[in-house]
Amino acid sequence: MSDLHTINKSPFEKSSFDSCMEHVLEGSAVLLYEDGVYAALKGTAAEGKVKSVQGVKVYALGPDLNARGLQEERVIDGVEIVDYAGFVDLAAKHDKVVAWV
Amino acid sequence: MKFAIQINEGPYQHQASDSAYLFTRTALEKGHEIFRVFFYHDGVGNGTRLTTPPQDDRHIVNRWAELAEKYGLDLVVCVAAAQRRGLVDDGEAERNGKDATNIHPKFRISGLGQLIEAAVQSDRLVVFGD
Repeated sequence: MSDLHTINKSPFEKSSFDSCMEHVLEGSAVLLYEDGVYAALKGTAAEGKVKSVQGVKVYALGPDLNARGLQEERVIDGVEIVDYAGFVDLAAKHDKVVAWV
Repeated sequence: MKFAIQINEGPYQHQASDSAYLFTRTALEKGHEIFRVFFYHDGVGNGTRLTTPPQDDRHIVNRWAELAEKYGLDLVVCVAAAQRRGLVDDGEAERNGKDATNIHPKFRISGLGQLIEAAVQSDRLVVFGD
């Protein structure tokens, strides 16, 4: 079973990012979008969790990074930036989409 | 692939409707099918035809309606959420003795069963909002 987990809240605002990272299974993927993209930034308290999660690919939505003035250089190495077409592809590729709210 | 979309937030307050719109439009452009878009909780606010944003702002309601026109989308508003928030069609106006309606003609009011059916009939349910 491979799920796509979506997170739309900043890790500094709500616990949805922390909860997701504690429950996500190997082989699944996490997409950070809306204010969730703040978890994709280098040098924050979220960075360790993004880097240490085993066998889970983390993505961030490019248009939402851009809307917040967050440059690509600030994104953690290994986090892949996707556009809406990439978001649709991820939703289609995984067995289901789990929204952490 | 067949997608169902659920939107739980109102327009101009939360990014959910914008995110859902861009996801839905992109999925349609890529050749996927959208079985239904279900507006729940404050999401019912996306369906009022009386919305009038400033001219230099996006018109969230009309944008959904235009997408529905182009692709034959089924835009469904939850009846209980709509009644609480004063979103009314002809049937609800009649039933509840209201003197006006405000639903956009490209939207329709129906029950939660429509969300369950969309989830069952689609390959994926994608939820936007809190």
